[in-house]
Amino acid sequence: MSGSRLIALACLAGLGAAGWVYAAGAQDYHLGDAATPQQIAGWNIDVRPDGQGLPPGQGSVAQGEKVFDANCAVCHGTFGESNKYMVLAGGVGSLKSDAPLSTVGSRLNFATTLFDYINRAMPFPRSKSLTADEVYAVSAYVLNLNDIVPADFVASRATLPQVKMPNRDGFYEFPGLMQVHGKPDTHNTACMRDCAKDVAITGSIPAGFVESMYGDIRDNFRGLATMNDQAPPAGEALQGKADVAPQALIQQFGCAGCHGIDKTIVGPAFRSVADKYKSDPGAEQRLEKKVRSGGSGVWGSIPMPPQDGPSDAELAAIIRWVLAGAPEQ
Amino acid sequence: MDPRKPLQGRLIQAPENFLSAVGRSRREALRRLVVGAGAAAAAAGLPAAIAKGYQANPKDLPPNVPPWSQDLGKPVGADPYGVPSPYERTNIRRLSPGLTTTTQSSVAFTPLQNQFGIITPNGLHFERDHNGRADINPYEHRLMVHGLVREAKIYTMEDLLRFPSVSRIHFIECGANTGMEWTTPAVPTVQYTHGMLSCAEWTGVPLSTLLDDVGFDRKRAKFILAEGADASGLTRTIPIDFALDDVLVAYGQNGEMLRREQGYPLRLLVPGVQGVSNVKWLRRLKVGDQPWNTREESLQYSDLMPDGRTRQYTWIQEAKSVITSPSGGQHLLDKGGYYQITGLAWSGRGKIRRVDVSTDGGRNWRTAALQTPILGKALTRFRIDWHWDGSPALLQSRCIDETGFVQPTMAQLQAVRGTRSPYHNNAIQTWQVDTEGRVHNVRV
Repeated sequence: MSGSRLIALACLAGLGAAGWVYAAGAQDYHLGDAATPQQIAGWNIDVRPDGQGLPPGQGSVAQGEKVFDANCAVCHGTFGESNKYMVLAGGVGSLKSDAPLSTVGSRLNFATTLFDYINRAMPFPRSKSLTADEVYAVSAYVLNLNDIVPADFVASRATLPQVKMPNRDGFYEFPGLMQVHGKPDTHNTACMRDCAKDVAITGSIPAGFVESMYGDIRDNFRGLATMNDQAPPAGEALQGKADVAPQALIQQFGCAGCHGIDKTIVGPAFRSVADKYKSDPGAEQRLEKKVRSGGSGVWGSIPMPPQDGPSDAELAAIIRWVLAGAPEQ
Repeated sequence: MDPRKPLQGRLIQAPENFLSAVGRSRREALRRLVVGAGAAAAAAGLPAAIAKGYQANPKDLPPNVPPWSQDLGKPVGADPYGVPSPYERTNIRRLSPGLTTTTQSSVAFTPLQNQFGIITPNGLHFERDHNGRADINPYEHRLMVHGLVREAKIYTMEDLLRFPSVSRIHFIECGANTGMEWTTPAVPTVQYTHGMLSCAEWTGVPLSTLLDDVGFDRKRAKFILAEGADASGLTRTIPIDFALDDVLVAYGQNGEMLRREQGYPLRLLVPGVQGVSNVKWLRRLKVGDQPWNTREESLQYSDLMPDGRTRQYTWIQEAKSVITSPSGGQHLLDKGGYYQITGLAWSGRGKIRRVDVSTDGGRNWRTAALQTPILGKALTRFRIDWHWDGSPALLQSRCIDETGFVQPTMAQLQAVRGTRSPYHNNAIQTWQVDTEGRVHNVRV
């Protein structure tokens, strides 16, 4: 127990903390409940390379094909060949090449891991929905797709740990990245002067790539940052991103009850408003204030009541749309 | 007219393409008027500041009194849970186009280019899910701790919040952070190059406290399996010496409960280790005597080496740094102007000792100032002054951690590890500033 903890306890005692019991050894919190064997059995699904954790049951390659076609082929392809998602088959011998293909057959070291992963995380739209027999069967089928087991293979708690994966011995431990004080494998030095020679740009992003993939990235930067003057103030970006179309907003908040697009109802037509303020740079702010606080006298004798329905962003979107001439689109 | 091209001098045409069709015609006309006036001012040798950035309404500027100085403000508590100003609305996490097939097994990157200090706001912490984000009712969440223990237990969240708690500041970095950059620069901004990185103050129960509470077998226990309650049931092996050192079973993030994207209501926090080990929606901890070789530590999150063999259980995130400003996609407009170079440094092995900055592609270096606090396995903010003279520059940062390890160059990394694995790229990043002041992601 630390000194400060002792002092804290002493203070509590001094304040008369009645019923204070300090648990001997600081470990007897009386929190949590004993986990029952049934509770553990339901969640204890992990499978180790030595087979510990594999459930009872079995499944054949033929059974697995049916399960695979019904649940897995939509993403992985009928023969596990689809590269849209994880490729399941092929690639053996490719790991040393410039185009390594990591698959169950080429990369995975233990068949037990295949079972464990399908059992906990697949099928993607609804995981943990296959029975143990079905997971065994699909595992057998995927292993067969990779020519690792014969067509008459039946996967089970007994057989799966015995499967020798092609890449069983392809993994090793590198302590340098496993331990906080491990010995690293790069050895840069903190040179300060005349260090790198012949500095030249050897790689860059091809022209046009950013625009085609990411669009205009200027709003990725805070407009207030002095280096980012070309970025739009976020308020501008905001203006272009009103969640609901102004045409819908004028219905929602009842604006259209008094204002027509191009004809006067009780209040002026939106396009008349646009026309009146077309060369007034302060119109946007003025109209926002007018809508909020109400007004009269500009267009006639009937006053416009104050409007507090729209949010600031919604109101701004409506005003901008009005000032733009209330366009159809 | 190309909206990216400055009209002249330091003027940049306002970005019309951020306006919807609705706002365009009217706003465009107005802005052209204002920008035109600014251009005339610049041409006449007048201060150009007025022409930079947002075109403020003169009626709101001194000596005039703007409306917000007169109008009665919003009620106190108008936003019971405060949200950023609408003017910050583009400071958001983003997905990298084309990176993933589904949006459930994907990643949203933190906008490091806009971050101040070392703490990532909770709404901006990067998000990596494997089978989508689980939304969990905390009253129905349970943590099971079992395996090589005296008494297997199940804890409710109420139980866990009653244990002695600790709060510590740590970064989380995905093992694949900067993974798209192994062969050549591929993404435009620091959000995408380094944004699978965030840092928060995490609150929770030390894992060692829970292991003691179940009476784990001190002789036989070598590894802990951590498992998520999401659809992926993600599992990772944690070595026992890490588990007994600084691992937290965390429920708090920057003073509030975890965000759902961070595993609400419970996650593992394994400081300094690959992000994937910080298992979200934590439902189970199992004490064992062998590693589990799970899918996320065999087929994935393991390092394919040039000889075709795979390094496994490469937990540590080594020392790394990056300049966040100026950085890719930004645009420096003041030739001869003052710029602060600032960025982040971190190490999974402990504290950052020093950061050096080069503006000439690594020929010469200056030591940057480190901002306190400097904490173990946390982001550290560095800064240094720079007067850009308008000539092309190559900006780099290089950190040294408390073990004396110096952040490597990409050439040094590739010489040992090749380019086949996306993981553990901690290379020195280069940002090129061209003569127009545009900043690009390049390799030297």
